[in-house]
Amino acid sequence: MTPPEPRPGPLYGLEVVELASEHAAWAGKLLADLGAEVTLVEPPGGHATRSIGPFLDDRPGPERSLWWWHHHTSKNGVVLDLDIPAGVELLGRLVGRCDIVLEAEQPGHLAARGLDRDRIMAASPALIWVSVSPFGQEGARAQDPATDLTLMAGGGPVWNCGYDDHSLPPVRGLGGQAAHVAGVHAAMATLAAVVHRDSSGVGQHIDVNMHAALNVTTELGSYEWLVARHTVQRQTGRHASVSPTSPTQVQAADGGYVTLGFPPRSARDYRAILDWLEELGLGSAFEDRVLLEMAVERGGVSIVELGQDPIVDQIWSAGRAAMAFIAAHVDARTCFDGFQQRGIVCGIVNAPEQVIGDPHFVARGFPVSVDHDDLGRAVTYPGAPMLFSRYPWRIRSRAPHVGEHQGEVLGLRGSPDPAGPTDDDDAAAGVSPDPAD
Amino acid sequence: MTPGPEGGRSAAALAGIRVCDLSGQLAGAGATRYLAAFGAEVIRVEDPTNKGGWDIVRGAAPFVDDRRGIDMGGGFNNHNVGKWGVTLNLRTDEGKEMLAALIRTSDVVTENFAAGVFARMGFSYDVLCELRPDIIYVSNCGFGQTGPYREYKTWGPIVQACSGLTFDAALAGHEPAGWGYSYMDHMGANYMALAVLAAIVHRNRTGEGQWVDIACTETGASLTGTDILDFGVNQRAVRRPGSVDSNRSAHPAMAPHGIYPAAGEDAWVAVACRDDADWAGCRAVIGEEWAGAETFAHLEGRLAHQDELDRQLIGWTRSRDRHEVARVMLAAGVPAAAVAMPEDRIDHDAVTADWGLWPTVHHTLMGDVRVEGLPVHLSRTDWVIDRGAPCLGEHNEKIFGDLLGLTPDELAGLAERGVV
Repeated sequence: MTPPEPRPGPLYGLEVVELASEHAAWAGKLLADLGAEVTLVEPPGGHATRSIGPFLDDRPGPERSLWWWHHHTSKNGVVLDLDIPAGVELLGRLVGRCDIVLEAEQPGHLAARGLDRDRIMAASPALIWVSVSPFGQEGARAQDPATDLTLMAGGGPVWNCGYDDHSLPPVRGLGGQAAHVAGVHAAMATLAAVVHRDSSGVGQHIDVNMHAALNVTTELGSYEWLVARHTVQRQTGRHASVSPTSPTQVQAADGGYVTLGFPPRSARDYRAILDWLEELGLGSAFEDRVLLEMAVERGGVSIVELGQDPIVDQIWSAGRAAMAFIAAHVDARTCFDGFQQRGIVCGIVNAPEQVIGDPHFVARGFPVSVDHDDLGRAVTYPGAPMLFSRYPWRIRSRAPHVGEHQGEVLGLRGSPDPAGPTDDDDAAAGVSPDPAD
Repeated sequence: MTPGPEGGRSAAALAGIRVCDLSGQLAGAGATRYLAAFGAEVIRVEDPTNKGGWDIVRGAAPFVDDRRGIDMGGGFNNHNVGKWGVTLNLRTDEGKEMLAALIRTSDVVTENFAAGVFARMGFSYDVLCELRPDIIYVSNCGFGQTGPYREYKTWGPIVQACSGLTFDAALAGHEPAGWGYSYMDHMGANYMALAVLAAIVHRNRTGEGQWVDIACTETGASLTGTDILDFGVNQRAVRRPGSVDSNRSAHPAMAPHGIYPAAGEDAWVAVACRDDADWAGCRAVIGEEWAGAETFAHLEGRLAHQDELDRQLIGWTRSRDRHEVARVMLAAGVPAAAVAMPEDRIDHDAVTADWGLWPTVHHTLMGDVRVEGLPVHLSRTDWVIDRGAPCLGEHNEKIFGDLLGLTPDELAGLAERGVV
């Protein structure tokens, strides 16, 4: 087959109908930015998630939600009123001609509105239908309410995160990670089903369980218990652990933080640290300098010697102490670059807003400019989470306004009804978009 | 193939896909684990000269019993279920030739070495394409294969720090708490699997392979995207450490919203009132006079007096059992959850049990061990996880025999020469 050029991405040609939601939005974005044609269906007036902030100029409004902007790039938007039969019928037609349905409705909700999944899938055997929900489609908790916080608390992540001081509560990280974890799992499973369908012609239903997704995303937290029935305990800025480990997060001279990696082991590392201390004029200020010199003389230390030779233990501790000492005497940025350029692992604790302007990410083209024709300006978005060498990931368009693609999606794109929906159909379905903001 | 719950299981979703897998740790191994669970034939290639020790979890805790060694790592078993394991010394010409032969018969090559390492071994993308023109190659490292930091080294916590995730997990007035595990190893692995799958879909439709370069820090940064937009669009000053309170919810605006102490040691419960109706349910459950205050009746008031609201709520939660608080809140329609310890969610959770989330696999040396399952169920071609991780070189004979046609004698010679 000869594709038209340029193709929008590796998933070119896949058609997705996504019912707007908080929990399936990320999966839809992953597919859309990879080239799938995603039609986002909202109720009249716009979906409730348009009220999730932050907002452009801090003023709420359906076209001003930055959450909406971020989660719905590269999608087309239509309005359908699923509270009336004409809207349900139109959605049935959209679903009947697409490859993938993506939804995160309350389990049972669509069937109650006359959209019975089993019946639709029986009529369209190639259809892949993806349902994202907090606790799965079946089971005792299928109807329980949940938010990002309660999912992260009940699903495992929160227990692992927080501070050495356990009088402080454990911590939930920001960003809507429950939906991100479930979203990438939804997208992965969708593509596994597409591979199967491309060879067999047969679609299937995919049940994505957010609680389960978080449960299998806590690394040692889960398998220390599965394998050895050990319980990890949270620690400041580093892995929760069965036995306490040394701090790795250090405040630099400018108030920022750095994360130190494993202490140095090779003679070269110890030499580099000694030289850097000298360059900084701190050579004599670091009191365990002699231990670093010993490490150079003995050709470094090895992990297997730890606990065997008291001098090695002292050298090991001195190495970490020297790194922390340097970190406290330079700014975080200098510390990060300085260690890494000397071949020693170190991280800088960036605020997200710092990442997007970082020279490395700029050089790789990570920040991308998206045209907001409606505002007469371009906006910088986080770009490709992975770089495809052909037909790359890309943001094709800003998030849709309420009902923005009503005509082209519902009227022009090969409806099975030869006449297509009439204006009367549109009015009856409640598809007139509300004027935005 | 055993029939799935709905009967129609015909074949594995990824049957016929072969992956030549040089990846390891969790950020790489987690990706090919997923592909194996859906029926891809994943051949994990390890270095015999250091006994596979490049993968630091291969011989690391947790352990099932007192036995130790390169085949006994519990995390390695978890991350490598369902794969075949071979060894190849890629410092030898014979080893390189055998890898080239494996790649010729594979659909996908995966690795997560430091940037440039695989190319320096002689396997750049151009070379891979010569071996197999439609090859799919996915590389995954902290900062990617290009850019000023391409030589910088990372592991999970470094990726999380550099990508903004660590900063965004904190209590107000405190340093960043960060993530107490390598969240980005999981997510890096997930995105790596997604990249492989997208490239397979593309290849099956066009005949074209491609190279996907994943930088975990970029993947991580995309997970804080709304923050990035907010600071860019609204031109806010960069925040300082100490300004984040990530247990609260500014977007969407909710109060009360937090993790509150419950009865017992280190026992906590999360409560989130999404709106005034949730608060009405919460207030009724609490049944104390303070909760009826007009100040708290509407969201604006609760947000404006959130410190006082939290103080009062803590006074109510701290003498109560965390599971009981969650139960009564949920019964009132209010989202709530006890902060689950590993034991709670693995051994005493009906949702994860009914889901089959903790399957048991058989490992050649460890015996039967529980591992993580997948959080999706497919009605026709569901995942299967039943075979443990390979011991070092466990399948040399099978794989090199079946795929490369080597006889046991030839393999013995290769072993003598230190190739396998």
